[in-house]
Amino acid sequence: MAQVAQLDTYLAAFTDFARDTAGSPEWLRDLRNSAFARFSSTGFPTLRDEDWRFTSLAPLTRTPFRLARGSAHPFTVSDLVQWRMEGAAARLVFVDGRLEPALSNWAALPRGVTVNGLAKEIAAQPHTLATHFGRYLDIDRDPFAALNTAFAEDGAYIHISRGVVLEQPIHLLFVSTAGSSPAMTHPRNLIVVEDEGQATIIEDYVSHGDSTPAFSNAVTELVAGGSANVQHIMIEREHLQTFNFSTLRIEQARSANVASHSLLLGGALVRNNVHPVLHGQGGECMINGLFIGSARQHLDNYMLVEHASPHCASRQFYNGILDQQAHGVFHGRIVVHKDAQKTDAKQTNRNLLLNDDAQIDTKPQLEIYADDVKCTHGATIGQIEENALFYLRSRGLGEMEARRLLLEAFAGECIERMKPGAAREYTESIVFERLLSVANSVSSAKSGASGQRERNWEEVG
Amino acid sequence: MSLLEIRNLHAEVDGNEILKGIDLTINPGEVHSIMGPNGSGKSTLAQVLSRREAYHVTEGEVLFNGKNLLEMKPEEAAREGVFLAFQYPVEIPGIGNAYFLRSALNAIRTHRGEEELDAMDFIPFYREKMNLLEMDERLMSRSVNEGFSGGEKKRNEILQMAVLEPRLAILDETDSGLDIDALRIVAQGVNAMRSPDRSMLVVTHYQRLLNYIVPDFVHVLVDGRIVRSGGKELAFELEDKGYGGIENAPVTATPVRV
Repeated sequence: MAQVAQLDTYLAAFTDFARDTAGSPEWLRDLRNSAFARFSSTGFPTLRDEDWRFTSLAPLTRTPFRLARGSAHPFTVSDLVQWRMEGAAARLVFVDGRLEPALSNWAALPRGVTVNGLAKEIAAQPHTLATHFGRYLDIDRDPFAALNTAFAEDGAYIHISRGVVLEQPIHLLFVSTAGSSPAMTHPRNLIVVEDEGQATIIEDYVSHGDSTPAFSNAVTELVAGGSANVQHIMIEREHLQTFNFSTLRIEQARSANVASHSLLLGGALVRNNVHPVLHGQGGECMINGLFIGSARQHLDNYMLVEHASPHCASRQFYNGILDQQAHGVFHGRIVVHKDAQKTDAKQTNRNLLLNDDAQIDTKPQLEIYADDVKCTHGATIGQIEENALFYLRSRGLGEMEARRLLLEAFAGECIERMKPGAAREYTESIVFERLLSVANSVSSAKSGASGQRERNWEEVG
Repeated sequence: MSLLEIRNLHAEVDGNEILKGIDLTINPGEVHSIMGPNGSGKSTLAQVLSRREAYHVTEGEVLFNGKNLLEMKPEEAAREGVFLAFQYPVEIPGIGNAYFLRSALNAIRTHRGEEELDAMDFIPFYREKMNLLEMDERLMSRSVNEGFSGGEKKRNEILQMAVLEPRLAILDETDSGLDIDALRIVAQGVNAMRSPDRSMLVVTHYQRLLNYIVPDFVHVLVDGRIVRSGGKELAFELEDKGYGGIENAPVTATPVRV
């Protein structure tokens, strides 16, 4: 019943939205309509859906969200200082889903690099965008992808021309501001890197103002051309009343090399989907993730890696640190299609539980339809090693400092997989700040278990 | 004043009493050796003195430099000058040797009211100590003990001791598993640190180590109690008679300096 009532509020929001965006190109209006129809027919997933079995959406479906239209909270350039990234080639600031040109800066880009707001790009190039927009995302598989498409209006548009190498990262900052009532945004990004192009893009989700519940449902389509080299970083660090859903759909051509780094640090109920399809031969894809949860945070990492061509390699590395009553999910699925011979796929999930009440569900899945492949997966669940902690303390390091060092070392595995440079430094400082607060709270609360509990499994398929 | 004063120390692990009334006094500059068969409580004594939380003291007291050691946390004991060379040094992936040791040294220096050392000052000092222990300098940038051989781990313990310059160094079976060359290097490193204001407690199962690190006093620990104390010649007696021959012999009340 709650769900039916809830769908009515989305219908009302969509009706208003369709009226306000009647001037959009016809292909986009059609796409939105069919996406909303799809969402209406399925509604939100439930625990009975295999892909959602560890994540209850009840708190989300219970909350009525209005569509954010413009910033609800006064917001100025000086508010941005705290999220400033040194050494970025461009910065786009989206406040409640809308590009704020006055806060953004993309003037100094080299030739062959286009960075723009998606709404502006649609207005300027209404037809060329349709070549890629919505072509890769599967709205039938995921109701959140359908919902995002129904409300798709603004976000980032990035285009790197053939052979252009952009060394400095592009920083996309999504700020949700507190309003008087819960609001939702559906940022939509399109990143196209042509053959032999190179770029690093950071999507950075932050909150500003009071902690009114907010629902952010972002989708990014990333198209990597032949031998393109792309690094994508997603950082979720919103406040603890946030529902953050995100999907990164990666389409890889021949010999393209893409790395996706997901860092889930904030938010109440968070789900990050990464879905690469290795379509051309010889492609390489690394999906790297770090999730750090405390309080009652729920952080769900879902990935589907599709090997559709021979001689491709994929790597998944996810490290989780969970304290207090936090709940983490690692749900990694690798599908090797019939023709994808010589696939080399590896999946690793390591978890540290800092408290007896913290929880992790880890579910690896391999579906292999080819017969000449190498696929491995493994997961470990453990605690901070008491031995290591005592060793550090016996040399004079304080308990909090010792914990912090051990947590940094564990999280550092993920950071080291990023390319050295401005984006990595920025990310590292955010992660270390988050860890400092975890190390502090752990040593004051002290987890009851001193004995070693470690479970792990490793399989080779 | 004595550096370490242990009086009637009783301790248990998981409800089992391991130490059953230890009395031991160590003065500045003295090297004491504790010998004993497996399970006699040698390592437990070392762990209690370095303040491992799993070991519960049920009776007795321990004064270190006049302060109540049993009220200290491991890091507090370390900052006051207690150092334990581990029997099984711990591998810690992701934390660099040099970074770790400099952080530890700075925690101790801060406690002593001294200025912290930056990397520029620390590295030459660290390198000098590495050379003393004939350690490969490449180990400096590796993670703590990760991928070290058994001998490298033990040398790394003594290296840490040389850098941290404790008042009391407890060596817990530092000799076990070492070949004779490694043993010589380790002993050389330890002997270089002997000084009138530094004391050592050398815990060992075998007499071999004591040929290289010659103690002032030897104590025999059996079933949680010191059953004999004497000079270094006691170690040779043990070598001949074994622990069985010692257990029934009368306890010497006052150790005699040799």
